[in-house]
Amino acid sequence: MRIFVCVKQVPDTSGKVAVNDNGTLNRASMSTIINPDDMNAVEAALHLKDETGCQVTAVTMGPPPAEEMLRELFAMGVDDGILITAREFGGSDTFATSQIIAAAISHAGLEEEDLIFCGRQAIDGDTAQVGPQIAEKLNIPQVTYAAQIDKNGRDIIVKRMLEDGYYMIEVQTPCLITCIGELNVPRYQTVVGIRHCYEKNVVIYDFEALKAEPLIEPDTIGLKGSPTNIFKSFTPPQKGKVEMLSGADKNTTNLLVEKLRNRHVI
Amino acid sequence: MSEYLLTKQQLMVKELTHKIAEEQIKPIAAEIDEKEIFPRESIDVLARAGILGCPYPEELGGSGMDFLSFVLAIEEIAKVCGSTASIVCTHAGVSMYCIELFGTKEQKERYMPLMAQGHLMGFALTEANAGSDSSGMLTTAVKDGSNYIINGAKMFISSAPANDFNIVVAVTGKNAKGRPEFTAFIIDKDTPGFSVGKPVNKLGIRGSLTAELIFEDCVVSETQVLGTIGKGMKVALASLDAGRICMGTQALGIAQGAIDETIQYVNERVQFRKRISQFQNTQFTLADLQTKVDAGRMLLWRAAKLKDMGKPFGTEAAMGKLYNSDLAMETTVKCLQFFGGYGYTKEYPIERMLRDAKITQIYEGTNEIQKMVIGRAVGLN
Amino acid sequence: MSYNSADVSSFKDIWVFCEQRDGMLMETDFELLSEGRKLAHERGAQLVGLLLGENVKGLVKELGGYGADRVIVCDDPRLKIYTTDAYTKVICDAVMERKPEVLLLGASNIGRDLGPRCAARLHTGLTADCTHLDIEMTKYVEFLKEASTLDTEAIGFDMQDVNLKMTRPAFGGHLMATIICPRFRPCMSTVRPGVLKKDDFDRAKSEACVMEIYPVKLTESDLKTKVLRTVKETRELVDLLGAEVVVAVGRGISKDIEKGISLAKELADALGGGVLGASRAVIDSGWLSADHQVGQTGKTVRSRIYVALGISGAIQHVSGMQNAEHIIAINKSETAPIFDVATYGITGDLFKVVPLMIESLKEAN
Repeated sequence: MRIFVCVKQVPDTSGKVAVNDNGTLNRASMSTIINPDDMNAVEAALHLKDETGCQVTAVTMGPPPAEEMLRELFAMGVDDGILITAREFGGSDTFATSQIIAAAISHAGLEEEDLIFCGRQAIDGDTAQVGPQIAEKLNIPQVTYAAQIDKNGRDIIVKRMLEDGYYMIEVQTPCLITCIGELNVPRYQTVVGIRHCYEKNVVIYDFEALKAEPLIEPDTIGLKGSPTNIFKSFTPPQKGKVEMLSGADKNTTNLLVEKLRNRHVI
Repeated sequence: MSEYLLTKQQLMVKELTHKIAEEQIKPIAAEIDEKEIFPRESIDVLARAGILGCPYPEELGGSGMDFLSFVLAIEEIAKVCGSTASIVCTHAGVSMYCIELFGTKEQKERYMPLMAQGHLMGFALTEANAGSDSSGMLTTAVKDGSNYIINGAKMFISSAPANDFNIVVAVTGKNAKGRPEFTAFIIDKDTPGFSVGKPVNKLGIRGSLTAELIFEDCVVSETQVLGTIGKGMKVALASLDAGRICMGTQALGIAQGAIDETIQYVNERVQFRKRISQFQNTQFTLADLQTKVDAGRMLLWRAAKLKDMGKPFGTEAAMGKLYNSDLAMETTVKCLQFFGGYGYTKEYPIERMLRDAKITQIYEGTNEIQKMVIGRAVGLN
Repeated sequence: MSYNSADVSSFKDIWVFCEQRDGMLMETDFELLSEGRKLAHERGAQLVGLLLGENVKGLVKELGGYGADRVIVCDDPRLKIYTTDAYTKVICDAVMERKPEVLLLGASNIGRDLGPRCAARLHTGLTADCTHLDIEMTKYVEFLKEASTLDTEAIGFDMQDVNLKMTRPAFGGHLMATIICPRFRPCMSTVRPGVLKKDDFDRAKSEACVMEIYPVKLTESDLKTKVLRTVKETRELVDLLGAEVVVAVGRGISKDIEKGISLAKELADALGGGVLGASRAVIDSGWLSADHQVGQTGKTVRSRIYVALGISGAIQHVSGMQNAEHIIAINKSETAPIFDVATYGITGDLFKVVPLMIESLKEAN
């Protein structure tokens, strides 16, 4: 049994967010972190590893420095890593990204007993799409918004959260589960783990490695294979300059509500 | 960018400890100070992460990293909580070091893994009449068959109520010149005749509960002797060398933590229609302080690096401790001033940092003692 | 079946997936239909609701009242409770046969599970969590003028463009992005609940709405997950850190503490549900428990909306809330420092202004 955990390196948006003049994100000036929800997926996998002794493999797609992120996870107890990196994969939207990651997992070999864990969504895009789309490409079932995962052989019982309650869902391996913050508290690295993290193995999957996979075609990967394009990106009008609404009557509150509506705040 | 002087793994230890400090230690720092609560859970988290055992061998339950990594970890803890840093320094910096250095194979195998897991060991040297001058020590250990019978009391023992074990230095005889001879013992907390007094009410590091150890016909097996009989001062002095790097780093962390808090504050606080960070007084003072803190850090890294290389480091440790503890006082006093009236309240952590800083000039050898050590080393007769 | 998502011109009509739970429609359905109505008008196309469930035919007229010309109903016991497998299969079958140009879903926990799975199967793009939709370029440019810092005059827009322009926040609202899906159909989008405006119920449209029963083709092998049980629970939000909306009170409520607190709660409800916050003065006076405190010694919030009622804005409070996305301050003193960090400010007595604001919010919904 092996658990693939999909992780993403993202800009740390909790601090100051730097924006270029053209309205795109100035990634170079921001520090990167491992996407928070992905850490819950990692913990879920390590928890199962504690119980079953299974192998935990972290999978990420990104530029070569993302290897350092995989080492960070090794220091927590992850066994090995797959880094998917190629110029041909650049500019992929969620559709193309999931296509490539699904191909990589196929290439590594997804067995009957295996699981794929993802975070619910990444803080840079907030789309929550890659997980379900990987599942679709691999033709395996998915359960999203997992707040509890219990495993008994090939049967997995997941508590799947909704806004107004939850479902208990039964599913068989192989399957894909997306994890939310309520699921667990990610463990810390250990100093021993840090000492050994450069001894563990990172496999690099470039275009050459994956091109024979059926899911990899020129029109399904990279910028060219992405159905969605950014048409315009822009910054909302500057915050910080207060707009004082004069009067303290119904007209004022109506105006306020209208303004909030126009800016899609409510 | 002194980070470039470190290896990737040393940086990872620093970042790991930073994360634990921010998530676990900082949020309760004010409360454990105010209510004098021992931060048991924080110590357990640090133990699980392998930070207590950081510089000790993996086969003894440690993490097998270097002492410099441990120094980086202490600074991160001290930046947010002087109490927790103090506990870690005494236990992992002083007591574990003594066991590793002087313990028999059996003692190391018994105590080191437990200590790495967070079973704390105190270090008991000071007495009411034996502070900087240990010749006034009154606690005695008298040989009785294969046992020693200990009587007396030790003062100002860090983490006393939480310690599972203590290293205790007692008088075991007199030498030819009539001077007392000392021996170190490892004493488990449930040893008959051993008890712990009530914690003293302190100015700072109030979460590190400090109390008296009392020995009333306390019977200890001779297998609990640490090091050689009659050579207890050697244990004490060795402990002080490593301890001084740690306590110096605690001081460094407090100073850096104070600067960090101040920068955040002066960047937000507006007076006379300007952020106070824009006043030249603010810029010059903080620039001076940060420069000194960086210099202080280099003194400690030098001592730690020498220790990792197996070279003598006692004088360098004394310098690091002397400089950084004075600096912690200077920094916290000057930083608090930027907070004005707010700084004097418990709304902000800066007053706690000021109180926590003071002990670093006093314990692990007062700064006057450090100057004596350094004075001797530079060739003064 | 001749389904080719790249044959863009063969797709038409605007579809809205109408989510129901326990036979009850969701507010988002009405918001999406109201928006879809406008898009259908812009394209001269039909607005079609897609309703899956068991015994849900009775809901069709309600959907019609919010603008659906037609509702496709897939009625089957296996669709009573949402499962990814069954819903994806049924929706994709219908889409592949009927080829809608646009398919909108609510960005609920269900819509965000279903949308990406369908998009992957249909080989098309999906834009998540949209807050604004346009088809006509003139309307989009008008929107940019209001909601962006772009110099729209300086940009040459192709006024003939008829792609669905889907705008969404990114990076916690620091950036906005408009996404298009030019080469494939349907254009799919999940839309953030509570953001689009719901129209008034129209009885005539309700009567005119056409119901179409669509055959459900499911086999056992399509269904790989099993729902063992479903549990309803309304979770009370006391979590300031994760809150989307925080309404905080300060010393300004001292005139009538109970009234002040209850007004704050009512306002939070009117804003779609939120958490009650407070300044330190309120905690120190014992008016609220310490877990409500925002600021230096309390919690740091990053909510979408932060309303400060009768809070002067001392530095130790401001440091805990200045990163909220939209700050609304109501204070009697026009020189209160809270206005320096606010997005919108009203000078006035909170006991007078808040009830009016609640009224305005209720009327707007």
